[in-house]
Amino acid sequence: MASNREIEELAQGEYEHGWETDIEADRIPKGLSADIVRIISAKKNEPEWLLEWRLKAFDHFLTLEEPDWAHVQYPKIDLQNLYYYSAPKPKKKLASLDEVDPKLLETFDKLGIPLEEQKMLSGVAVDAVFDSVSVRTTFREQLAEAGVIFCSFSDAVQEHPELVKQYLGSVVPQTDNYYAALNSAVFSDGSFVWIPKGTRCPMELSTYFRINDRETGQFERTLIVAEEGAHVSYLEGCTAPQRDENQLHAAVVELVCLDDAEIKYSTVQNWYPGDEQGKGGIYNFVTKRGACRGRRSKISWTQVETGSAITWKYPSCLLQGDESIGEFYSVALTNNFQQADTGTKMIHIGRNTRSTIISKGISAGHAHNSYRGLVKVMKGATGARNYSQCDSLLIGDRCGAHTFPYIESRNPDAQIEHEATTSKISDDQLFYCRQRGLNEEDAVSMIVNGFCKDVFNELPMEFAVEAQKLLSVSLEGAVG
Amino acid sequence: MLRIENLHARVDGKEILKGINLEVAAGEVHAIMGPNGSGKSTLANVLCGREGYEVTSGSVSYDDQDLLALEPEERAAKGVFLSFQYPVEIPGVSNTYFLKAALDAQRRARGLEEMDAADFLRLLREKAGLLQLDPSLLSRPVNVGFSGGEKKRNEILQMAILEPRLAILDETDSGLDIDALRVVSEGVNALRSPERASIIVTHYQRLLDYIVPDHVHVLRAGQIVRSGDKSLALQLEEKGYSWIGEGEA
Repeated sequence: MASNREIEELAQGEYEHGWETDIEADRIPKGLSADIVRIISAKKNEPEWLLEWRLKAFDHFLTLEEPDWAHVQYPKIDLQNLYYYSAPKPKKKLASLDEVDPKLLETFDKLGIPLEEQKMLSGVAVDAVFDSVSVRTTFREQLAEAGVIFCSFSDAVQEHPELVKQYLGSVVPQTDNYYAALNSAVFSDGSFVWIPKGTRCPMELSTYFRINDRETGQFERTLIVAEEGAHVSYLEGCTAPQRDENQLHAAVVELVCLDDAEIKYSTVQNWYPGDEQGKGGIYNFVTKRGACRGRRSKISWTQVETGSAITWKYPSCLLQGDESIGEFYSVALTNNFQQADTGTKMIHIGRNTRSTIISKGISAGHAHNSYRGLVKVMKGATGARNYSQCDSLLIGDRCGAHTFPYIESRNPDAQIEHEATTSKISDDQLFYCRQRGLNEEDAVSMIVNGFCKDVFNELPMEFAVEAQKLLSVSLEGAVG
Repeated sequence: MLRIENLHARVDGKEILKGINLEVAAGEVHAIMGPNGSGKSTLANVLCGREGYEVTSGSVSYDDQDLLALEPEERAAKGVFLSFQYPVEIPGVSNTYFLKAALDAQRRARGLEEMDAADFLRLLREKAGLLQLDPSLLSRPVNVGFSGGEKKRNEILQMAILEPRLAILDETDSGLDIDALRVVSEGVNALRSPERASIIVTHYQRLLDYIVPDHVHVLRAGQIVRSGDKSLALQLEEKGYSWIGEGEA
């Protein structure tokens, strides 16, 4: 065998977002209790109904056990040893509410996300979330002209309480699962998007999540509603500083699609993955679900996951409307001691509903990468169709790939196809590339990118380029 | 240009090459013939630095440099090209992208600028046309779903673009019909020049009707047992390899 060790070394990429911003934080005491929930709600000046909603979630949370069915291993998280709210405190008093601490602007600049509109890529509006709060949402005015609401979750609660009340928890109830219940109790901010009837959102919307403070959990919620015939493409990106301790990120994302509406939700997740020894890194325990409520509605999840010590997430679609469509395209790359248990659930409820699942898992080093997916066809879902393809690529011989497909069909008319492959980068492929002049690192990167092509094709253009780069960086050094 | 001296090499612990001596000058075409298992492909792979082919003694100098000390990609950048007996598939990577990346990597290694994309595409279409390669193959993933003949033509296309100084063709003729053989041979002949050399590894003499060699060597049990000019290949065709006896070297 050629060069297992060498190839594995290719995976030792440097994490380039590992620095931290030195900024004073407004934190509340450590620990988790009903009082903490009340403090967070008070900090956000929330209406009574939302506090009630949070407390209901918290009560339910207390009855739940931490789930252990995922194919991941980690020491128990001490939830009492976390800060649940940490907001950057401005040094001086800012002149207006719209003004942002220059240090934060600098932070996002350094991450490649300039928040001054004149500097931004035209056509992409950004909501920047730093620890527990949204620091700025760009292009709000222009979007408002089109009738689109894009703002932080906190602002939405203040400015559009009726919409929040109508949809919050309607896809992921606050009692859904352990982490969703925790999030519902203590969430601090996130993004809110509402696209009115018949509107095509004039620009890409995106949220950039940054965890900065130590021993702080990030619990944000995203809620996107596309009314009849509306169309939106939304992107999210995530990074965190390099720290020795693990940090928890437990988000909830809810999507609602009415008749003929379409939501395209793309993620490039690059949380700090821990070092080569597996020390530190983010625990990414996320619940993402979209409801295709309307006829012919469509939700498409595309994710590129290269970060986090542990990833536990299953962006799912409830295909309620007749002829609605759910899609899931995923690239998950794990290296060193990273673990990922990710996949999707496609629940076919309406007639002639269709779903497509394309999952590409890449493991290097000692990493473990699992695809876990459920395709469920309910009794009434006549004419339902699903196609799933799960491919795994192994780099080196100490990593693992696992596939857990679950299929439940209660309608004999359903067509469900599942294909799975596992392959390794072969010595023959490497030699072929090197004989043509490519070095080993570029060869591996090219082969891996080729493996992921079906998914990258689904990403918005500028993200596709970023995703390819990210993959190369994450694999860097795996060849000596 | 290339000087191989007393080259011994092992594969999986078994000695395959047992003292090869060969000198190739610029401008020459050498054919290496021999029965199955004589070490022809091993020689080609050793020259290109494939892992698992262990050189136990001897030396290879290329342009007065120790070729064996170089990584495979360094040899490629210095103009050593292998047309593979079994070209490898690379799913998801387009043929065009692959070839551009390879050319750019070689040019960078030589201190040249990367080739302009439009110029490259023009060159690629022109060469593909000469090789009568279906243009749709250029945008398809490297060798995926190609027929045997298409794969071999694709190797020659890569060679035509990369313009190596030393081209090694490992059984490029196997699996080719007569038309493809002619097209491939024209591709190889087009690169013939006083600065370049080729080593043609083949089992049959028919390829040598199209690519006329300056020297023919017969490999048997890891050694060159006879060398001659083109007429040697014809004699072999007529009399078979058994005609050259064991002890005749």
